[in-house]
Amino acid sequence: MMRLTPRPYVSPHQLLLVPVLSVLLSIILGGLIFAALGYNALDALYQFFVAPLSRPDQIGNLFVKACPLIIIGTGLVFCYRANIWNIGAEGQLIFGALGAGWVALYLPESWHFMMLPLMISGGMIAGASLAAVPAFLKTRFQTNEILVSLMLTYVAGLVIDWLVRGPWRDPMSFGFPLTPYYPDAALIGKLSLPVVGKLGQLHWGILIALCVSGLGWFILSRTLAGFKVRVAGDAPRAARFAGFSPNIVTFSVLLVSGALAGLAGMVEVSANMGQLQPQISFGYGFTAIIVAFLARLNPAAVILAALIVALSELGGDSAQIAMGIPKVVTGVFKGILLFMLLAGETITRYELSFDLRMTGGKMSRGDADV
Amino acid sequence: MYDELLLTVLLTSVPLILAATGELVVERSGVLNLGVEGMMLMGAVAGFGVTSLSGSPYIGMLGGATAGALTAALFGFFVLGLATNQVATGLALTIFGTGLSGLIGAPLVGQAIDGLPVFIVPLLSDIPVLGVLFRLDLLAYLSIGLVAGTSFVLFRTRAGLVIRAVGDNATSAHALGYSVLKVRFYTVMFGGMMAGLSGAYLPLVLTPHWAEGMTAGRGWIALALVVFASWQPWRVVGGAVLFGGVTIMQLAGQARGWSVSPQFLSMLPYLATIIVLVAMSRGGRAERGAPAQLGRIFLPPR
Repeated sequence: MMRLTPRPYVSPHQLLLVPVLSVLLSIILGGLIFAALGYNALDALYQFFVAPLSRPDQIGNLFVKACPLIIIGTGLVFCYRANIWNIGAEGQLIFGALGAGWVALYLPESWHFMMLPLMISGGMIAGASLAAVPAFLKTRFQTNEILVSLMLTYVAGLVIDWLVRGPWRDPMSFGFPLTPYYPDAALIGKLSLPVVGKLGQLHWGILIALCVSGLGWFILSRTLAGFKVRVAGDAPRAARFAGFSPNIVTFSVLLVSGALAGLAGMVEVSANMGQLQPQISFGYGFTAIIVAFLARLNPAAVILAALIVALSELGGDSAQIAMGIPKVVTGVFKGILLFMLLAGETITRYELSFDLRMTGGKMSRGDADV
Repeated sequence: MYDELLLTVLLTSVPLILAATGELVVERSGVLNLGVEGMMLMGAVAGFGVTSLSGSPYIGMLGGATAGALTAALFGFFVLGLATNQVATGLALTIFGTGLSGLIGAPLVGQAIDGLPVFIVPLLSDIPVLGVLFRLDLLAYLSIGLVAGTSFVLFRTRAGLVIRAVGDNATSAHALGYSVLKVRFYTVMFGGMMAGLSGAYLPLVLTPHWAEGMTAGRGWIALALVVFASWQPWRVVGGAVLFGGVTIMQLAGQARGWSVSPQFLSMLPYLATIIVLVAMSRGGRAERGAPAQLGRIFLPPR
């Protein structure tokens, strides 16, 4: 039998080691799965983790994939730190895209100089308002926020489907479920870097993402508001004794994560699509959950974590093209990664010992009263 | 007309009954497994694949149950063996199960199988409208049997008492000499088996195909049903039939040419879930009937 004993002290480098080891172990397990499916494991791993980085434009695309993950992941870090389980970021992203899209499609021309700020506000308000539903129900009725936020994701997916097929459809789209193209003022342009110039599809939304992550780090670790969030999650009783209202924390973290998911939706559509369509996200809201955990719930580390997870997404594409491995394998890898991270969490917090005597339950139970 | 509607309601509710009953037992022992959706998908792909290989939907059914239980064992190893956070581990299980089922099922897309045959109970099936109840497949009958069995075991047997004790007061159960983790591991496996059967029901009865993510949120609705049923097995049946009714309102709506967009009708089950959750979440944990230790980590003291 395995036995866990809590460690009195956890060394900082162990905390750093966990994400690194988790990623390595997931890669090894991923290779085993490829082998089990009859693919050459080394070739598959090469396609997955090396091939996507072999061209400079692909590095730009890596940042494009990481961009929404950084923005959403930062918001989720706030939620999970406070022990609030928002798993509906996907729906909040969709709502954000709708809020921003409404501004983009209907803002009068004379206001176009204010287009992007208004779209950002529209996206964030729409995302936050969808997250406000579980926040309100949780604080008012203690309704489980996990199920409510997830159910709203399905609802949001149907709302966007209805809008792009119905009221917002471009009459010139030949029956395709697409809105008209956004005006130029509503688009996020490609980023031209010094020296290297343009890198693939890299757009300046990535600057927004980097700012969000930096600001998130500052608020969470350097302000009273961030302190309240951390105390509410780590020691709810202490938070109550200190007079911090748990309801205000619940509301704030859900609104912040909803607003950021909404911002990600706005950026995603304005930078990559230029119009609304039934599918605007490829599970970014769910993938960001893994990003938040890989970053060990630290907003500054979210950037690196998002890049690693984005690499596995790009790798999924490249492995599909080069070797015909189904794209869903990325999901398997992401699941394994999350399992490994959680196991790593245990190993830092507890000492593991193995009891090799094959005692039945009865004998070891006698130990309880020592 | 009415018997067809009733039949659709019943068929939609069977997978919910199976998955929710399994999860109910898991939660009664104090464990929250949010991976129902992932286990159902594994059950669905295994149910489809095994049926397609063996030619027998009954073997497929067993395949689905086994796949569900094995997936659950993974969850049990992490949550019980390694004391990981139950919410996050459940999410990991859903992500993993969704991906792995898609990967296993990729070569199966486009194939079709012969599903579970219908058993017609003579005479009773001739009753107008309600006769539908006697023209179902084996798994549908079995689902009611499993609810009855679960209810009996939980409330009328020693094993059920132990399960509930472990879920309400793990420390006392441990002090009395019961292995909390072992009991929880068994219930988690049972929950996985039920989720696997539930997933297998989709390709074996509802649609004879495999499609990625074909559960479409049913696993999550099953989780909500457990709350709705306030952890009482028979109430799961009522709740599931209610949800089946809400789900087919979209079919009825389309058939009658209601002027509501189909997307809004499709939202109904999800919105109904939220409303039900709110209605059931007034009052404290104990008043709602939630097991006291639900979602809490238990480490056996040395």
